[in-house]
Amino acid sequence: MTVAARHGLPAGRIPRSLPRDELVRLLVDASRRLRECELAMVRAAGLGHIGGDFSATDIVAVLVLAVLDIDPAAPRWPERDRFVMSKGHSSATLYAALAAGGFFDPSLLEGYMKSLSPLSGHPDAKRVAGVEANTGPLGHGLPIAVGTAIAAQMDGSPRRTFCLVGDGELQEGSNWEAMMAAGHRGLEHLTVVVDRNGLQQGAPTEETSRLEPLAAKAQAFGWAVTEVDGHDHAALLDAFEGLPVEAGKPSFVIARTHKGYPVSFMQDRVEWHHRVPSPEEARAAMEELDRE
Amino acid sequence: MSSRGEEARDPALFDCRDTFAATVEGLAAADERVVVVCSDSVGSSKLVGFKRRFPDRLVNVGIAEQAMLGIAAGLANGGKRPFVSGASCFVTARGLEQIKVDLAYTNANVIVCGMSPGVAYGELGPTHHSIEDVAWLRAIDNLVVIVPADPMETGQALRAAFDHGGPVFIRVSRMGVPAVYGDDYRFRIGKAWRVAEGSDVTLLANGTMLSRAVEAATLLAGQGISARVLSMPTVKPLDTVEIAAASEETGAIVTVEEHSVHGGLGGAVAEVVVSTRPVPMRILGFPGFAPTGSASWLLQHFGLTATGICAAAVEVIKRK
Repeated sequence: MTVAARHGLPAGRIPRSLPRDELVRLLVDASRRLRECELAMVRAAGLGHIGGDFSATDIVAVLVLAVLDIDPAAPRWPERDRFVMSKGHSSATLYAALAAGGFFDPSLLEGYMKSLSPLSGHPDAKRVAGVEANTGPLGHGLPIAVGTAIAAQMDGSPRRTFCLVGDGELQEGSNWEAMMAAGHRGLEHLTVVVDRNGLQQGAPTEETSRLEPLAAKAQAFGWAVTEVDGHDHAALLDAFEGLPVEAGKPSFVIARTHKGYPVSFMQDRVEWHHRVPSPEEARAAMEELDRE
Repeated sequence: MSSRGEEARDPALFDCRDTFAATVEGLAAADERVVVVCSDSVGSSKLVGFKRRFPDRLVNVGIAEQAMLGIAAGLANGGKRPFVSGASCFVTARGLEQIKVDLAYTNANVIVCGMSPGVAYGELGPTHHSIEDVAWLRAIDNLVVIVPADPMETGQALRAAFDHGGPVFIRVSRMGVPAVYGDDYRFRIGKAWRVAEGSDVTLLANGTMLSRAVEAATLLAGQGISARVLSMPTVKPLDTVEIAAASEETGAIVTVEEHSVHGGLGGAVAEVVVSTRPVPMRILGFPGFAPTGSASWLLQHFGLTATGICAAAVEVIKRK
């Protein structure tokens, strides 16, 4: 039995036209299944970044499974929305969501990070349908997203670009070069979502090289800012449906999240950045997820 | 950035940036997907004309090389055909990881033009010399690396890069160079070109050094030495067949480049020579950080002249 089958990965994207309550219920359920799948992938690989995967899962689920105008039958459709996953180390989340969305056969998830698997530890757009950019080294996704947004602006196209960045990643200077360029150009179809779990690999961001006041920084760079609970599917939907935050400006969505959410012994604990759960820990985490 | 580098003042010498500008404008006129991305380098890249003709297709990101390359990758994802243009020393060093990941590993359809490479900014010192660019770029898989020698080759290389369908790096010389090739010249990626036939030694060169290698062959002929001149505009992928033929048929090789002696054209050729038919070699270039001085003075000082090449050829032949 495959990782995906074992964990009942949802099959296909979720129509935005569904009644709101139903849409939210399905996204909540899908996120639980995605997390179970991610946990199994990391266990099977013996490697991964489960804390960041769990932190980002709800955001990725809402975008990939519902909000984005994308088509798994035509992953390179020119007018598609672009989703640039800048925090490429949360690849288990991205892969599980793309598989659930129908972009590739979920049985591939079984090979996550195994020799010759297309599902490398960091995503490769050449080999995985639905991946827009090869990320992994931090600070690469946001400039690429600015590029896809400029291309859309040049074309006068309404297609949107979403870029998910980790918060620690914002310490990379390349982001701020790109933030400046995007603000200058008023790229209103560009949205950056910050997975603001407050922890980077070794310590809290604010103890390492502080990001706050993050909203004020983004505003000073010409962006319109909103904050949202990054684990509240209805709030995420509201935020994404309300874009742009302000006409004529790129949008900066600070999603308040918890690393390792919602597993009690992982949540907000820095060691779960890339710790691999033991079989007992995995079982305990799975039970907690099942109770969600 | 000041622009007190070597200009092409002699009417017989050409600034390849003019060819770059004309070629990219021509491609842009024919294909609306063509865009140029630069980093406050409109003037130094001779993009004033492009900006006038296609103002909406010039993306000047400001002084921000990393973002420039990432944005170019994103533009390619969005269906555009970007030419990135900026000083070679900054584009390649500051944006090396973006070139590796966003362009090469991704196989993005982006052409990176390294302007004023080598010691074109001689007087500005080693910070502005770009004598490492070929070495660090040729280590990157799936990236074509081209060092054209004259205006005709620059234009043809840019067009070939446009048709290539993958990431390409092209050096675009600022220092004045004479026209080297005849009208029969056809640039092809990965192909060397015999500028002169010869049997005693091969002078293997690219970029601004090719014309000097041709001159050196004439001097050598005066000494009764038959020198083959092999133009090697593409450093990656290399024309290994022509390098092996040079080893086999002439038995001695001198490489010459406006670059460090470490890891550039000479290093690339040596890798092939030692693993096919080892013959005596000399690698001419800069031994390390070069001092401040005009480009022409620096080339003279480090023996990157016809007479310098000639002396190296005589020496290497003695070791056969």
